[in-house]
Amino acid sequence: MSQGPILELRGINKSFGPVQVLHDVAFSAYPGEVTALVGDNGAGKSTLVKCIGGIHPIDSGEYFFDGERVHVSGPRDAAALGVEIVYQDLALCDNLDIVQNMFLGRERRSGLVLDEDTMEEMAAKTLAGLSVRTVKSLRQHVSSLSGGQRQTVAIAKAVLWNSKVVILDEPTAALGVAQTAQVLELVRRLADKGLAVVLISHNMNDVFAVSDRIAALYLGRMAAQVKASEVTHAQIVELITSGRSGELGLKNGNGAAS
Amino acid sequence: MTTETLPKQENAESSLGVHVKGYLERIKGGELGALPAVFGLIILCVVFSVLRPAFLSAVNFANLFTQGAAVAVIAMGLIFVLLLGEIDLSAGFASGVCAAVLAVLLTLQGWPWYLAVLAAMVTGAVIGLVLGSLVAKLGIPSFVVTLAAFLAFQGVVLLLVKDGTNISIRDETILAIANKNVPPVAGWTALIVGVVAYAAIQLLQARRRAARGLVATPITVIAARVATLAVVSGVAVYVLNLERSRNAALVSLKGVPIVVPLIVILLIVWTFVLRRTAYGRHIYAVGGNAEAARRAGINVDRIRISAFVICSFMASLGGIIAASRANSVDPNTGGSNVLLFAVGAAVIGGTSLFGGKGRALDALLGGAVVAVIENGMGLMGYSAGVKFVVTGSVLLLAAGVDALSRKRAAATGRR
Repeated sequence: MSQGPILELRGINKSFGPVQVLHDVAFSAYPGEVTALVGDNGAGKSTLVKCIGGIHPIDSGEYFFDGERVHVSGPRDAAALGVEIVYQDLALCDNLDIVQNMFLGRERRSGLVLDEDTMEEMAAKTLAGLSVRTVKSLRQHVSSLSGGQRQTVAIAKAVLWNSKVVILDEPTAALGVAQTAQVLELVRRLADKGLAVVLISHNMNDVFAVSDRIAALYLGRMAAQVKASEVTHAQIVELITSGRSGELGLKNGNGAAS
Repeated sequence: MTTETLPKQENAESSLGVHVKGYLERIKGGELGALPAVFGLIILCVVFSVLRPAFLSAVNFANLFTQGAAVAVIAMGLIFVLLLGEIDLSAGFASGVCAAVLAVLLTLQGWPWYLAVLAAMVTGAVIGLVLGSLVAKLGIPSFVVTLAAFLAFQGVVLLLVKDGTNISIRDETILAIANKNVPPVAGWTALIVGVVAYAAIQLLQARRRAARGLVATPITVIAARVATLAVVSGVAVYVLNLERSRNAALVSLKGVPIVVPLIVILLIVWTFVLRRTAYGRHIYAVGGNAEAARRAGINVDRIRISAFVICSFMASLGGIIAASRANSVDPNTGGSNVLLFAVGAAVIGGTSLFGGKGRALDALLGGAVVAVIENGMGLMGYSAGVKFVVTGSVLLLAAGVDALSRKRAAATGRR
């Protein structure tokens, strides 16, 4: 795609006390594309995502959004830019219904009173826009939903706000085969609607099934960010496990030494 | 995957049958709601009225309200704390402290009633602010904080009422709360206005939703709700408007006790807050999943503190009602069984001890059950000991039902 990245990070460093988790990381996400973020456990995927979402402040580095340099110092800043993160544990309230969850913390009001009707309409529109047909009623409690349906609600909640970047943290980790397919389909649809989607996953099949680009982290460094069509399954696995694969990847093999 | 309709539900979905079916499904799934309390209330009333016909007399009916009022009001406040999955064990003695403040200012200092009441309410709010801050900001478990406060407040009441004496209350206005009645005509008027307003709100809401293509409550369900409200409150007002005096020629005693409309107003206000405002929604969210609420940008600490403030504030109102009913404040005001009855009322009414589930109405339903047990067993001549054992057992039963329904809900995938 010829378009520039909507989200671009350059030279991100992040330490927790004496431990440096992210070294000079660069990362971009493009509108209309799914960018997979892969890496072994402890490679820094979650930290990177939390830096993007404003949960962890970055130590140094540049954060560009839509070509402009921005400062993100909290989740509210990220949300204001249009960056939404769907966490692995989904962060839904079981005792509230779908509409209530989707608008949690950002309820529509008319005066003092909640505007339930408008919220329900907007929620229905959003779910319809994502071609979700698996929920019976918008007023059913989240506790009665299946894992895939919950994931769908969490994703719908993220796109409800005209967000531009949606980051999904292992959306398929806890799902069965059929539900995984559903969620991946939904991920693809998000990108087709013009959103920049960042997908964190351990599952290479999922990654190759939906992503346009793949970014591989290795020990806190960005080993490579490549087009999915230009690499093989084996190359990505190599990037994840050793940080390089032939021409690709970190120059001196063990990134941690430099 | 099944492809049920989503964006525009068909008309068939809003029919009565589906509504009833959904309700039955929820019950089967472990969401019992007010059902145990309503059933318990009916059974208790039948048993007591068979064993002691005096139970059904108009005098006793009015007694039930004034006896249960303070506990129900305290329970209504407790529900806010319970909704967060916290507990306030000091609510009983907090009401005692507020009642003592009221009595001291009113009787010993000679303040006008409105200033004394205001001072009592402020005392309650401040107590809640302190307790809530300790729980939310310092992170001490609410159980420990309020247990400490339970002991401390007991001492404060003792200090305020000077070692075991009691302070009598002579202010007409305060005494009227639990001892005087609304004129019968005013009772009927309020009832009619209330029922009509309720029906109008429900109908308007349904019409608005239908007009926008959303699933609306079917008219038959609305009719059933309005009819239930009209019948239940109609019977209550009718009975309360009967002559209760033994010697009507000497002094007439009829009408709804003033405390009843007071409670109804509190019920409406808190129901509105919980169901129709963002603040209420956030209380449920924090109770259901505090982390999710935090990530949604809700100030969880502020919600916690405010719930304790509401709880202690309502306790202060409960204290004022108790003081009015007893005509005095002594070191035991708000003590002994008051807290347990209040927690019991909330739980029996259907509020979960695990947080996230409960309504303001639960306090009244559960409060009615507690009051009926207390009153009925008193009529049957049982000692205080037996009453405590029975009430304790009922509380345990209610908590058991709560835990079981939660398990059941987990088993059917509702939690």
